[in-house]
Amino acid sequence: MSTQVESPPAKAARPSWLSGPAGRTIGLVVALVVLAVVGVVTGGERFASLDNVMTILRLASVTGVLAIGMTFVITAGGIDLSVGSLVGLSSVWASTLATQAMAEDVHWTVMVLTALVVGTAAGLINGLIIAYGKVVAFIATLAMMIAARGLAEMISGRQTQVVSVDGFLDFFRADVIGVPVLVWIFALVAVAGWFLFNRTTFGRRTVALGGNLEASRLAGIKVQRHLLYVYALSGLCAGIAGVMMLGRTTAGSSTNGLLYELDVIAAVVVGGTLLIGGRGTIVGTVVGVLIFSMLTNVFTINNLSISAQNVAKGAIIVIAVLLQQRFARRSSST
Amino acid sequence: MVDVDRDDAAPPEGTDASAPLLRMEGIVKHFPGAKALDGVDLDVLPGEVHCLLGQNGAGKSTLIKVLAGAHQPTAGRIVIGGEEVVIPHPVAALRLGVATIYQELDVVDGLTVAENVYLGHELDRGGFTQRREATARTRELLARLGHPEISPHREVGSLSAAGKQVVSMARALSHDARVIVMDEPSAVLDAGEVQNLFRVVRALTQQGVAVVYISHRLEEIRQIGDRITVLKNGRTVGRDLPAASTPTAELIRLMTGRSVEYAFPERPGVPDGAPVVLDVEGLGLAGTFDDVSFQVRAGEIVGLAGLVGAGRSEILETLYGARRRTAGTVAVKGRRLRAGSVDAAVAAGVGLCPEERKSQGLVLDEPVYRNVTLSTFARIARGGWLDERAERAAAREQVAALDLRPADVDRAARTLSGGNQQKALLGRWLVHGCDVLLLDEPTRGVDVGARSELYALVRRLADAGTAVVVVSSEIPEVLGLADHVLVVSEGRVVHRAPAQDIDEHGVLDLVMEGTAA
Repeated sequence: MSTQVESPPAKAARPSWLSGPAGRTIGLVVALVVLAVVGVVTGGERFASLDNVMTILRLASVTGVLAIGMTFVITAGGIDLSVGSLVGLSSVWASTLATQAMAEDVHWTVMVLTALVVGTAAGLINGLIIAYGKVVAFIATLAMMIAARGLAEMISGRQTQVVSVDGFLDFFRADVIGVPVLVWIFALVAVAGWFLFNRTTFGRRTVALGGNLEASRLAGIKVQRHLLYVYALSGLCAGIAGVMMLGRTTAGSSTNGLLYELDVIAAVVVGGTLLIGGRGTIVGTVVGVLIFSMLTNVFTINNLSISAQNVAKGAIIVIAVLLQQRFARRSSST
Repeated sequence: MVDVDRDDAAPPEGTDASAPLLRMEGIVKHFPGAKALDGVDLDVLPGEVHCLLGQNGAGKSTLIKVLAGAHQPTAGRIVIGGEEVVIPHPVAALRLGVATIYQELDVVDGLTVAENVYLGHELDRGGFTQRREATARTRELLARLGHPEISPHREVGSLSAAGKQVVSMARALSHDARVIVMDEPSAVLDAGEVQNLFRVVRALTQQGVAVVYISHRLEEIRQIGDRITVLKNGRTVGRDLPAASTPTAELIRLMTGRSVEYAFPERPGVPDGAPVVLDVEGLGLAGTFDDVSFQVRAGEIVGLAGLVGAGRSEILETLYGARRRTAGTVAVKGRRLRAGSVDAAVAAGVGLCPEERKSQGLVLDEPVYRNVTLSTFARIARGGWLDERAERAAAREQVAALDLRPADVDRAARTLSGGNQQKALLGRWLVHGCDVLLLDEPTRGVDVGARSELYALVRRLADAGTAVVVVSSEIPEVLGLADHVLVVSEGRVVHRAPAQDIDEHGVLDLVMEGTAA
């Protein structure tokens, strides 16, 4: 602390910039570029084509949307283990015969709306239990993860429900200006999430809660209500992801989104959001999601097994968190 | 070790029985910006109960932390059993036979009594804990302490505070402690349990163990103590005083009066026509305090004086809504506040600068300006969109008005000194525009130089029409700053008077004699 004060500002400027939020994100981008170089070297044309870029992005889009919601939850000092199950539940609910019959009569957006409402409602229940029932987030959302998966199985009777509504698949499988609709949705959610996180009172409250819950409460912030909203937001994102899943796979299944919560949490943490809360980054989360999706792509192109892929994923998570801790130590000591 | 000769020469009569077991000489401890200890001498004889007396901030806690190896002294010597020692960490203290029993008892609730006693030095053979051996030895230790009724198999969480204290003492004995330091052991006990504690202490001293006993309750000190050492402002000001016969007036005289005189601002006097802003009527919190009533007028500072644990902070937190009151009403400008709702209190124009700035006041990793606007960013924002430029401007205005240093609103709050963190909190409520300001220990952790400045600031706020309530364990601070003083003891207001009609002796008399078990 004292050394920084004494040293000339020009000298202090470089490290403080690099250890700031921008520096952390740049570190991630560098990692992404290194991965891309590996892809080009090993995969050549098959990796470095526009088609393949779109494949990577499409692969990233569902977990990406979930990760935006998760960034808010984790920044607020919580965790949401239920998002994967909620993808399954909302997609199955939207693809039930009843909903599809209604959607055929009215409009396919009824299906979309159903999924969003189901996701948000489940998120609200999470929030109520956590904020007002004072149940630890890990336990409350673990319970929701189990229960929602069960409910999805009950609704679908463990059958895969093929989507037959006109217009729905046309919309979600289309390209706009050469970019798949799924990727557009991810981009839209990410941009909206960035503004919400960085430019609104909602985002500020989220950071304040995660940074110091008691101080936020004593400053007059309605912390319980805000926590409720944060979990509802995560549920809404799960609903959106459920619809996207339905569009991508053309079928509702209770196994949709199985174990997605783990990929999502990994991407958020690798992106630079602190698991203990108080600091989060939407840009970091997007890059984190892209790193994992590109990794999968590079391994697939080189015909490497999913098992080998998982080993690499695990290594990346550990390395990223170790680097984060180093950054955190440096920024707290300067 | 070089000074063994001098040690032997020190006791005039030179008999072995009166040779001190523990001697601390000229202990000095500096913290950045503050001198916590400035030459403390303490000598403790085997088998005695040595009482350590002093006001809050006199250095008692720092001294026992030095003895426990939690702090390293800047200067001074520690001699145990005739040998000069260095205590680099808590385990070293235990090895030297010095055990400390802190007020917040450090036992693990989920483990059994025997497991707690041998926590950290488990009896084992080849990695397997020797449960039967540990149980037998624990039973023996508990019997030595006169508590054979506590089962070694009992889970510690199910014991009362008194029971946990006995477990802590058994643990100390399991380390073959020769000196046991007890930090306000009676604070968590009721009258019957205190007598029980005294029996345990006597059992210890009969076996030659020395007890360093810290308490504010003179009554207890007279009953259990042998000798008293008095600390004031980090120095030993009274030593070798007989506990039974030293007059109370003499002890209070030694404890009060400070070498550092704070400059308190002038009291302009509250004009007769000033309206009542805060009206507290029959406020109570079950099990903590009862029937607290007082009014604060615009421009008036009311101080709550009393010892730690008397219920002062709880009164502030309850009227603020951070705890849900169980009786009474709180009204601001004639409007009643909803019970248990901080945001209603804040909306009504009440602000609290809490006791624990770091854990209750600030978001430490966020920049200063966001801490200053933590209660107002939503009001400054337009339709939910943050206006960070306006926030920074509002924060800069407060930084300038309060002379907060360094004057950089983008710095993390963590990097500020205690006094400047307090200013950031004051700034928060100034931006908000409070009618009632509640200050809990406003100068804790604030160095001496910055204190007078804070006092002047608080008085200036009052002069501008704010109703202020101050809580402090430093009695001169309350007396110097407030217009009107309420003395709180054991959850009750025992006295109220204009600040100029009561002095430190009077307050200490009220709280120390009044709390006798």
